[in-house]
Amino acid sequence: MSQCPTQLRYTETHEWVREDEKDVVIVGITDHAQSQLGELVFVELPEVGTVVEVGDEVGVIESVKTASDIYSPVSGKIIEINENLTEQPDLMNSEPYESGWIFRVRLSNSEELEELLDAETYAQNVREDD
Amino acid sequence: MAFIPHTEADIDAMLKEMDITAVDTLFDEIPSTIPKAVYNHVCHSAPELAVTQLMKQRAEQQPSLNSYLGAGAYHHFIPACVWELTSRGEFLTSYTPYQAEASQGTLQLIYEYQTMMASLMGMEISNASLYDGATALAEAVLMVVRIKKSKQKTILVPKTINPFYREVLQTVIAHQEITIKEFELELKAENFSDVAALIIPQPDFLGRLNDVDALTNWAHAHQILVIALVNPMAMALLKEPGAWGDTGADIVCGEGQPFGIPVSSGGPYFGFMCCRKEHVRQLPGRLVGKTEDRDGKMGFTLTLQAREQHIRRAKANSNICTNQGLMVTAATIYMSVMGATGLKRIAEHSHHLARQLFHTLSTVEGIEPIFKTPFFHEFVIRVPNSQEFLRAMAKRGIQAGFDLMPYYPELTNGILVCVTELKTREDLKYYCEQARLCLQENYKAETV
Repeated sequence: MSQCPTQLRYTETHEWVREDEKDVVIVGITDHAQSQLGELVFVELPEVGTVVEVGDEVGVIESVKTASDIYSPVSGKIIEINENLTEQPDLMNSEPYESGWIFRVRLSNSEELEELLDAETYAQNVREDD
Repeated sequence: MAFIPHTEADIDAMLKEMDITAVDTLFDEIPSTIPKAVYNHVCHSAPELAVTQLMKQRAEQQPSLNSYLGAGAYHHFIPACVWELTSRGEFLTSYTPYQAEASQGTLQLIYEYQTMMASLMGMEISNASLYDGATALAEAVLMVVRIKKSKQKTILVPKTINPFYREVLQTVIAHQEITIKEFELELKAENFSDVAALIIPQPDFLGRLNDVDALTNWAHAHQILVIALVNPMAMALLKEPGAWGDTGADIVCGEGQPFGIPVSSGGPYFGFMCCRKEHVRQLPGRLVGKTEDRDGKMGFTLTLQAREQHIRRAKANSNICTNQGLMVTAATIYMSVMGATGLKRIAEHSHHLARQLFHTLSTVEGIEPIFKTPFFHEFVIRVPNSQEFLRAMAKRGIQAGFDLMPYYPELTNGILVCVTELKTREDLKYYCEQARLCLQENYKAETV
């Protein structure tokens, strides 16, 4: 059973969002997502400074058997990316909610956070998928 | 046997869903101005023997000319073993090697092909091939736009690349918001901030050699990627694209036909494409890698497949996943039997014979060489009335070259002449003698 920490928010496309500081969030992929993808071997990270809207494709993660897009759960500007993933994409497998984070966004509209799923709803969606 | 599984009821249901009454309505967007092929002169059916006899008779009506045509398709000697081996059932009938455990032979052959091509081009990676040279060039253009993350979408295209490739490129990019900018191969000081790549042909369509080092350095100084479009046979003799300038070309592509594939009307040929390792995830097409099985034994498998259509669907690097497996088999065997030294000798021999014909023709009254630039095995001459010249030479058993007029009207009466190792010194002598006679007689002689 995959983990869904209760303090995070989630998307239908299996990203998680954590409020880091005022109007800044961290984004990664969920435990469920990484377990479905399998061993991750490559990540194409977004560029710092990119302005994104909700649902924009910002990167690609690739496992030994498939590849999947990363979508931005929020609107704003990407202010930091997790460069460690370039050398160690498997951090997204081993610690999806900690060292496996992908990028930080300065929000342009913090109200969008309200639209995201809470842990319970996301967990239920995942159960229904299985 | 009906090959379309839909019943009349299925078709009616689909038409109803689309709110139309006839299947033909689906093709309304095809302009009615396009001429329709009419086959009234072809009989409905005939016995095999009769067809064979007719075809033999027709073939004999075509005089067999000694051909000096090149222009993208090159006639080289193909040792008998190349197609004898390629035609073996194991190669001839095998399908895409998705199933590694059942496809080690095919996979190893492609791996060897990739190794040889990457080595010949001085690049790190080669794919398993594409349809042909023209589509390989179009794929290279799409690839640079992906590498540039679509921030620059202009491509500098010299007019001296193969005009047929330019047409294919135009077709492929028509709906991709990519701009083609015609470019003279000169080092310019303009601002090129919107440019993704420069295509550098070596040799160009007119056979000429370019200063690839200076052009590559110039492009890289302007953050422009370099797509090398090369004749692989010429690369046995010339500097490999990986060593062009200070940093080397970024992508290399071209037509693989000179390596063991016979010239024929429209193919099948094969395109090749190589790149640097840093760009491998943007490379289209199949890739074979070497690996170990669980017992530590060497094995081969398709690799980096997440780029490809069968996994990545609509977002694949390319929707052409096909490689020209059988052509690549022939090319790999051809390269193996020739070896690096053999390829170099063929290239040198072709070059020397071409130079010899060029110099002798230059002494013929009425023939003028158009360019003074070094060339590989093709060159351009100007004659009084190129069409008349070609017709007069054909009557003397010689297909004297490719008429450039429809494609390069500015090269008035220009003919592109190609010489490969297949020509003997007697052939060249005969060409010159007959050309001299044609011109002396002002193309008047009816027969020889």
